[in-house]
Amino acid sequence: MRDKILYIIGAVALILLARDMYLITGFPPERNQGAIFKIIFFHVPMAITALTCAMVAFVSSILFLITKKFQFDALAVAVTEVGLAFLAGNLITGSIWGRVAWGMWWAWDARLTSALVCWLLYAGYLMLRNAIEEPTQRATFAAVFSIFAFIDVPIVIFSIKWWRTQHPQPVFWGGGSFPPDWAAVFGWQMLAVMLIGVVFTAVRLRQEEFQREIDSLRRMAHAL
Amino acid sequence: MMAFVRQVLVIMAKDLRAELRTKEAINASLSFALVVLLLFSFAFDPSEETTREISGGLLWIVFAFAGTLLLNRSFARELNNDCLDALISAPIPGSALFLGKALANYILVLAVELIALPLFGIFYNVRWTSQFWQLMMVIALATWGMTVTGTIFSALTVNIRLREVMLPILNFPSLIPALLGAMQLTSSLVAGNPITSANDSWLKMLIGFDVMYTAVSVFLVEMVLVGG
Repeated sequence: MRDKILYIIGAVALILLARDMYLITGFPPERNQGAIFKIIFFHVPMAITALTCAMVAFVSSILFLITKKFQFDALAVAVTEVGLAFLAGNLITGSIWGRVAWGMWWAWDARLTSALVCWLLYAGYLMLRNAIEEPTQRATFAAVFSIFAFIDVPIVIFSIKWWRTQHPQPVFWGGGSFPPDWAAVFGWQMLAVMLIGVVFTAVRLRQEEFQREIDSLRRMAHAL
Repeated sequence: MMAFVRQVLVIMAKDLRAELRTKEAINASLSFALVVLLLFSFAFDPSEETTREISGGLLWIVFAFAGTLLLNRSFARELNNDCLDALISAPIPGSALFLGKALANYILVLAVELIALPLFGIFYNVRWTSQFWQLMMVIALATWGMTVTGTIFSALTVNIRLREVMLPILNFPSLIPALLGAMQLTSSLVAGNPITSANDSWLKMLIGFDVMYTAVSVFLVEMVLVGG
């Protein structure tokens, strides 16, 4: 049953993505930036999905510390990994955009820099998990670090924004707004990327559950 | 309340006494600070005006690296003879243990910084004393932020593989806001410009960082020490 739902969600996401891509290629190039502007249809949804993942990780880490139920730990690690992948996608698309629009891959723009810092923070979370053997300790320590990382995110974003305001602010997009048909596609694209995130998380979550099952079987075998 | 303060002070005095008798971490940290200061002089021409402009950044990188060596030892020191288990089962709250250790680390890190600072002034020909008290305030605030996250992450990493590597990997990205603020303020103070309304938002950010991380650490440390 659960598998079927996952397949359906995945199929819907893929169909949406294909449809959006068809529509996006049909749009005329943007007046100031040309075709590269269309990367926004991937760049921004990935950023929002990554941020959603960070929030879910924060909430499930708190829930783990309160309830000590391992489902929350599994959810936290699943969304953190998926969020990192999406944030990496966001960084890469941003970098490609910067290469065309500013002429360099990395401009130390405030948004790019804070995204990179957040990426490093959550990569630290995964490394911390890898370094701890004992499951309960691993879950607790990871949850504590996840909470620290999440409260760091707004401070990082604001401090880097202050730092960068001493330099000329790069123009992120032309200042105009989307035409309505672009906005509609953007909305659908947002949904498609979010759904892919959900599918990834569910698959990762199931892996985590299998892992727990294997671990408990192994412990049983050792006890025999 | 008085009992809590006394417990914090007992832990702090114990840690300081242990460190001052062996001096192993503080010596390592000091000589490491010296080595990094020396290395920077090869990376940047120390006599140039541009080097002085980035001096705040250099100084805080030295402080952060040297501080990490001290912070790494904070909980690792208790592993011998299972001292950590004894401390955790002692009849004091985890927050008292944490604050005591954090204060001891704070004093040690500050001591290393205050020795490295004049050396830095000599090596790089920087007249850092012109805004002395404001600089001391910035150092005091940013060092507390560095110590409080360093102490809690030191407790997180004490029992795990790769302890020495994990602490900087966790601590430095978390510290970026505090280090960034400290670097900005230090650069302008060392150049002789006092803090004005143009850059006092960094000061507020440092204070906010300190207060928030202290509160969250005190709140969560019990779970870290008991380990779930």
